Amino acid sequence: MKGNEAIAEAAINAGCLYYFGYPITPQTEISEYMAKRMPKVGGLCLQAESEIAAVNMLLGASASGTRAMTSSSSPGISLKSEGISYLVGSDLPAVVVNVQRGGPGLGGIQPSQADYYQATKAYGHGDMHLIVLAPSTVQEMATLTGEAFDLADIYRTPVIILADGAIGQMMEPVDFSERKPRELPEKTWATCGHRGARKHNIVNSLLMEPEELERSIRDRFERYRKIEENEVMCEKYMTDDADIVVVAFGIAARIAKTAAQIARSRGVKAGVLRPITLWPFPNKEISALADTAKAFLSVELSMGQMVTDVKLACECRRPVDFFGRTGGVIPAPADVAEKLCAMSRELSI
Amino acid sequence: MAVVFERPHALADTLMHYCPGCTHGIVHRLVAEAIDELGVEDRTVGIAPVGCAVFAYNYFNCDMIEAAHGRAPAVATGVKRTHPELVVFTYQGDGDLAAIGTAETVHAATRGENITVVFINNCIYGMTGGQMAPTTLPGQVTATTPYGRTPKIQGNPVRVCEMLSTLDGVAYAARVSVDTPANVRNAKKAILKGFKNQLDCKGFSIIEVLSTCPTNWGLSPKDALFWLRENMIPYYPLGTYKDVDAPKEETK
Amino acid sequence: MKQGTYNILIAGFGGQGVLFAGKALAKMGMHEGLHVTWLPSYGPEMRGGAANCSVIISDEEIGSPLVPDPDILIALNIPSFDKFEPHIKPGGMLFADSAMIDRKTSRTDIEAHYIPASSLASDNGLSGLANVIMLGHVIKKTGIFDYDAFLKDLVSGIPASRSALVEGNTKALRLGFEY
Repeated sequence: MKGNEAIAEAAINAGCLYYFGYPITPQTEISEYMAKRMPKVGGLCLQAESEIAAVNMLLGASASGTRAMTSSSSPGISLKSEGISYLVGSDLPAVVVNVQRGGPGLGGIQPSQADYYQATKAYGHGDMHLIVLAPSTVQEMATLTGEAFDLADIYRTPVIILADGAIGQMMEPVDFSERKPRELPEKTWATCGHRGARKHNIVNSLLMEPEELERSIRDRFERYRKIEENEVMCEKYMTDDADIVVVAFGIAARIAKTAAQIARSRGVKAGVLRPITLWPFPNKEISALADTAKAFLSVELSMGQMVTDVKLACECRRPVDFFGRTGGVIPAPADVAEKLCAMSRELSI
Repeated sequence: MAVVFERPHALADTLMHYCPGCTHGIVHRLVAEAIDELGVEDRTVGIAPVGCAVFAYNYFNCDMIEAAHGRAPAVATGVKRTHPELVVFTYQGDGDLAAIGTAETVHAATRGENITVVFINNCIYGMTGGQMAPTTLPGQVTATTPYGRTPKIQGNPVRVCEMLSTLDGVAYAARVSVDTPANVRNAKKAILKGFKNQLDCKGFSIIEVLSTCPTNWGLSPKDALFWLRENMIPYYPLGTYKDVDAPKEETK
Repeated sequence: MKQGTYNILIAGFGGQGVLFAGKALAKMGMHEGLHVTWLPSYGPEMRGGAANCSVIISDEEIGSPLVPDPDILIALNIPSFDKFEPHIKPGGMLFADSAMIDRKTSRTDIEAHYIPASSLASDNGLSGLANVIMLGHVIKKTGIFDYDAFLKDLVSGIPASRSALVEGNTKALRLGFEY
């Protein structure tokens, strides 16, 4: 199954029966899969007139207490950023998938990770964070999609699945029974008609009194703190004795694993730390590795974005280098391994 | 003693922020009356716009959502499609519905979304202080058309009901006014019909209400009503532009 | 499957069944309980553009799903041959549709197999099945999968209503295998 299809099927398995989207390469399989499957499971796949409309349909569905999803690729996500900010401001759960392609502008249609900054720092205006999940296998496209819906409901926040064209288009075996759903809070805030049983609900992001707005933001940041405490996910691969730790996510992490193997075969002790949550970022885990490793290398399909977070996480205690290709070019494991060997020589490790 | 007049239950018992003489209050009341008369407050969700009616979520006793500028029809689509049993209305001004939200309006209409849209046309951006709206009349002076709207420079106004009445998904498109008691009664009928259409699953209903903005027009409330009558109605004729229930010759 | 890791690259024009051939190999690997990845290169055009896909079949977890240096290259046209033949790993294998590609490799460190799959297909009323003929030959020369098991897996996805396809695919696979 393709990664994009795995996301769609996993969403349906998670009880998401409403999908609002707009076609864009390389994520269109999600729309097409939803269009085929939704009528069969009593759901709805609606092709909106724009990315903007799609994310606002999602907002309406979510406000009325329903699990729903939208997806796009980089240029379309920029259009959705307004709606994402409103989802945050209204404390609404939502799942937004970005199958990244090259940018800026129309960019290209090949895989990219150049939306890292956008996803982790600035998916919308205002003081805000989003939970950002980065799958690196087709299996994870499925598991993390299920997880995304639960996290969104628990913390009343949009969750971004930051994939890329390679994982989206790639086929691998996938098992949909792998994940256990979590316990979820009741949606007492939903605008689905008061039915004479409660005071009317208002879903709103407008707070005109500065003190009131500040209070609401502080409340939200209190939730963010809990997310940082409880929800960080990362995978460590051969890091125990590693001199150089490669930090990479998504497709880049797979390349990094192969590169680490090649480097080890040449006598360079390399390992990989793969953040699965990009926000919250695995700061503690990287900081702990800075005690044992001698250097870090951030490998990305961009000009170097996550590398700044790696530097912050290890508090400049170790040198942090960068290797990346951009524009849709995928780095070869051999080139990353070569970089690791060069680092090893330069640092006399 | 018999009660002959009271606040509709669906209208919140609170002070509104609207300027003196503004007709938003009248239209809010008409919407609330319609909700009361149909007995649907407990299953109604309203979508407020960005514009003067941005605080509309505080003025109704049904569930309310505050949408981003222009996106109310898309938000309404999300609510209605996931909860067809709800009664969903949007309340939008001319900038929200006919400028930044044109795509959302046109596509919700052509899809035939089974929702009710209450559209306030007062030829101006009220909340931001009197700038040109998509419906600002030719020659009309606003903060951003200080020499009067010149179609060759600022383009032509948009006639929303006429435009939407060409779309297959639209069940009902009517333009009403609230400048006289008689017109207010007609407006009420149209709004009630817009909500009834939704209960009967007829599709997209839009009621365009010609309204005043005394503050930004720089007129007294009374003069504003005259201005509406003399300038707006000739450009935006009142009437039913589409009604799937009516014989063809009865609509414009 | 034989032990180890197979890095396979299939390349040609869109419409030659490049992606389908890759999927057939990956699916078979999956059904044998192996780790598999299938990664297409995709272009904006629906037909006729360059198309290739990377398939990895392994008894170990797969890292990078890309195949820049294949163990096995299946080339279905000249541009693919020119582009990827130099990158075949020493000791690797080349399969070329010699009806489409009028040249031979000069490398001596790889094992080359030429089969006029497209003309075999058109001569035998199997238009559009040159890709399956290639697969038959690949299975014969690599021994990667058992022939009967592969055939069964290949036709298992074809609906009963399209029995002519089952017959065509069977014939094509056999042609390639016996060439």
